[in-house]
Amino acid sequence: MHMHKLEKIWLIFGLAALIVFLSTIGVSAFYLGNKPPSCLTTVDPEKVDQTAPFNKPGLHKVEGKDWDYELVFVAQAFAYTPTQVTVPLGAKVKVIATTKDVVHGLEVAGTNINMMLEPGYVSEYTTTFDKEGEYLIVCNEYCGTGHHLMSSKIEVKK
Amino acid sequence: MPSINSTIKVDSRDAKLSMAHFYVAFAALAIGGLMGLLQTLVRSGKFELPGGIGYYQVLTVHGVLLGLVLTTFFIMGFQHAAVSRTAGTHSDKARLTGWIGFWVMTLGTVMAAAMVLMNKATVLYTFYAPLQAHWIFYLGLTFVVVGSWIDGIAQIMTYAKWKKNNPGKPGPLLSFMAVINTVLWIICTIGVAAEVLFQLLPWSLGLIDRVDVLVSRTLFWYFGHPLVYFWLLPAYMAWYVVIPKVIGGKIFSDSLARLSFILFLLFSIPVGFHHQLTEPGIDPAWKFIQVILTFLVIIPSLMTAFAMFATFESAGRAKGAKGMFGWVKKLPWNDARFTVPFIGMAAFIPAGAGGIINASNQMDQVVHNTIWITGHFHLTLATSVVLTFFGISYWLIPHLTGRKLTKKMNKLALIQAWVWFIGMAFMSGSMHAEGLLGAPRRSAFSTYMGAKQAAEWIPYQIAQAVGGTILFIGIILILIIFINLAFFAPKGEEEFPVGEQAENAEATPMVLENWKLWIGISIVLILFAYTIPFIDMIQNAPIGSKGFKTW
Amino acid sequence: MAKAQLKNGPKSNPKVQHKEESESLKGTMASVMFLGFFIIVTWLGVYFLFVDRF
Ligand code: HEM
Ligand SMILES: [Cu+2]
Ligand SMILES: [Cu+2]
Repeated sequence: MHMHKLEKIWLIFGLAALIVFLSTIGVSAFYLGNKPPSCLTTVDPEKVDQTAPFNKPGLHKVEGKDWDYELVFVAQAFAYTPTQVTVPLGAKVKVIATTKDVVHGLEVAGTNINMMLEPGYVSEYTTTFDKEGEYLIVCNEYCGTGHHLMSSKIEVKK
Repeated sequence: MPSINSTIKVDSRDAKLSMAHFYVAFAALAIGGLMGLLQTLVRSGKFELPGGIGYYQVLTVHGVLLGLVLTTFFIMGFQHAAVSRTAGTHSDKARLTGWIGFWVMTLGTVMAAAMVLMNKATVLYTFYAPLQAHWIFYLGLTFVVVGSWIDGIAQIMTYAKWKKNNPGKPGPLLSFMAVINTVLWIICTIGVAAEVLFQLLPWSLGLIDRVDVLVSRTLFWYFGHPLVYFWLLPAYMAWYVVIPKVIGGKIFSDSLARLSFILFLLFSIPVGFHHQLTEPGIDPAWKFIQVILTFLVIIPSLMTAFAMFATFESAGRAKGAKGMFGWVKKLPWNDARFTVPFIGMAAFIPAGAGGIINASNQMDQVVHNTIWITGHFHLTLATSVVLTFFGISYWLIPHLTGRKLTKKMNKLALIQAWVWFIGMAFMSGSMHAEGLLGAPRRSAFSTYMGAKQAAEWIPYQIAQAVGGTILFIGIILILIIFINLAFFAPKGEEEFPVGEQAENAEATPMVLENWKLWIGISIVLILFAYTIPFIDMIQNAPIGSKGFKTW
Repeated sequence: MAKAQLKNGPKSNPKVQHKEESESLKGTMASVMFLGFFIIVTWLGVYFLFVDRF
C-alpha cells in the first residue's frame, strides 16, 4: 500500500509521541507507585458496619506500615461517614473506602484522590497530604436524588 | 463514469426508509436539546425546574435521547442511504428487514421513554446497577439494540449482493465503511445485550435477587467505548468520501481510508477499561494493557487528520493555490455542505487531545467523572459528530425528499454552525476548566454546604448557561432547516456527493476485504484483553447487589 | 489492469513522483504538526497537574 513520504513522517512522529506518553505514565505507575486505585479486596456490602476497618470510620494512626495514617470512609446514599476530618500536614495516608448501597464516587476536589466506590469492593489510595488547606469531598458518580448533596470535608493543617 | 455517478439517486423506497429514521432522530434532538438548556440553567443556580421535575430525570432524557436515540437512528438512516446509493438499491427483502429494524427500534424507544417520563427509570443513560429501573426500560433498550442489528443486517445483505455480482472487486468505499461500522456495532453491543438479558432484565423482573455490579459495568464498557466509535465512523465516512467531492477534489487514498476503518474495528473494542481506571476489582496491569490498546486506536485518527488536510491541500493546489497555506482560500467556505462538517473537524483537535488525556491511566484521576468529561464529549459527539450529521443532512435530506437546499437555507445552515461553535466554545470550554478544578459531572446545582471550592465553580456554571442558551438557538435553527428540507423546500434534484480516487491511484489491495481475517483478529484481541480479568472478576466476586431506587 | 498498474506504476518513476508529492503537501504537514504539538502541550499540562497534586 503506497503511503506518502510526509504521511510516514507524521505517523512516525505521532507514534513516537504516543510511546513517550505511555512510557512516562507506565514508569510513573509501575516504578514510582502511581497506579490508579485498583484495590482487589472485597467486603459484604450489607455487613460494612460490622467489618473492620469500616466499623471505625475516620482517621487512625497506624504503626509499622508504609503509611502513617489510615483514613476510612463509609459511603451511603447520600452521605459519607465521617462528615469532616482533619489530617496533619505531611502525613502519608491510606484512604480506604467502600459503599453500603449503590455506586458512589469519592473525589477530594483539587487532588488526585478520585476513585469509584462499588458495592462489594474496597477502594484504596495512598498519598502524602503535602499541601495545607480545606478540601471538599464530592460524590462524582450519580447515586440518586441527593447525589449533589453528598459531600464531606478534609482539613489539612500543621 | 464520473458523470453518471453524480446523477445516481437513492431509490425512492429506500429514501422513505432513511427518512423514517431521520424523523425520529430530529424529534429526539428537539426534546433532548431543550433538556440540555434546562440542565445548564439549573446548574447556574439561577433557575429551578417547575412542578417538582427532578434534575436527574431531565438528565436521563437528555442522555438517552441524544446519546442513544438521535445517534443510532441518524446513523442507521444515513447508512441505509449510503449503501443504497453506492452498492445499489435494497432488494425487497433487505428493505423489509430495514423497516422491521426501524419499527423494533422505535417501539423500544417508546417503551424506554415512557418509563423515564413516569420517573421509573431515572438511572441516566448508563443505567449502572445496582440502581434498578423498571423492567420495561431495560426491555425497551434491548429492542433498540436488536432493532439496530436488524437494520444493520439489511445493509450487510445489500453489500453482500453487490459483492456477489462483482466478484474479485473491492466493495464501494462508502458501503464498505458502513458495513465496518455495522460489524463493529454488532460485536460491541453483544456486551450490553448480555448485561441486560442475563443480569438487569431478570433482576428487575424479580427472577434473580442480586447482580454482580463489576461484571455489569465491565460488560457495559466493553460496549461503551466502541459506542463512541460507532458515532464517529459515519462522520469519518462523510469526511473521507463526501467532502472531497463537495470541495471538487479527490479521495486522498482509498486504501488508507479502508485501512483506518479496519484499525478502528480492531482497536476500538478491547479498550473498555479506560472508562474503569479508578475502579476497584480490576488488576492495574490489565488496566494498563487496555490503555496501550487504547493508544493504538489513536493511530487511525492521526491518519485521518493527515488525509483530510491532504485532500484540502491537493484540491486547492489543483485549482492553482500557491504557497504553504494558499489552498485554504480555495475551499468553498460559503458551502454549508463543507463548512459545517469542517467546523466539526476543527473541534476534533481539542476533542482528540482531551481524549488522549482521559485515557492516560493514572492521569484519569485528575479528570474522572468531573465535568471536564462532559466538556470532552460535547466536543467529540455534540460538535464533531453532530455538526457532521447536520452537514450530511443539508444534502441528504433534500436528495431523499426530491427537494433542493436553497441559498437561503444554505446561509442559515452556515449561521447555525457558527452559533453552535460559539455556544460550544462557552459551554465546553468552561466545563473543561471547571472540571480541572474538580467539579463533578452529573450533578444538579449545589453549594456543598458553603464550601469555598464549590463557590469557585459557580462562575463557570454561569458561563455554561450562557453557552447552553446560545446552543439552544442553534437547536432551533437546525430544526427550522430540517423541517424546510423535509417538507417545504422547492422541488428539485440535490446531489448525493460521492468522491472518487485520483486517476493514477493504486488499486485497492483485496486483503482489506478479507472479513474473516479482520473479524478474527478483532475477536482475538477482545479475548486477549478481557478473558483473564473477566475470570478474575468472577472468581473473586463479592456477594451481588440487590436493587435500589434512590430517586 | 489493476495488477499491471501495481507492478509498473509506482516503480517506473518513483523518485520524480514522490518529490513532487512532498512539495505539494507541505501545508498538510505543517497543519498536522501543529495538531501534534497541540496534543503534546495539553497532555503535558495535565500531566504536570497530576504530578503537582497529591
Ligand atoms: C442545546 C445543546 C446542549 C446543551 C445545552 C447540553 C448540555 C448538557 C449538560 C449541561 C450536560 C451535563 C449535565 C451534568 O453532567 O449534570 C449534558 C450531558 C450530556 N449531553 Fe448534552 N447538551 C447539548 C447537546 C447535546 C447533544 C447534541 C448531544 C449528543 C448528540 C448531547 C449529549 C449529552 C450526553 C450523552 C450527556 C451525558 C448525560 C449523562 O451524563 O448522563 N448533548 N449536556
Ligand atoms: Cu453520588
Ligand atoms: Cu472510551
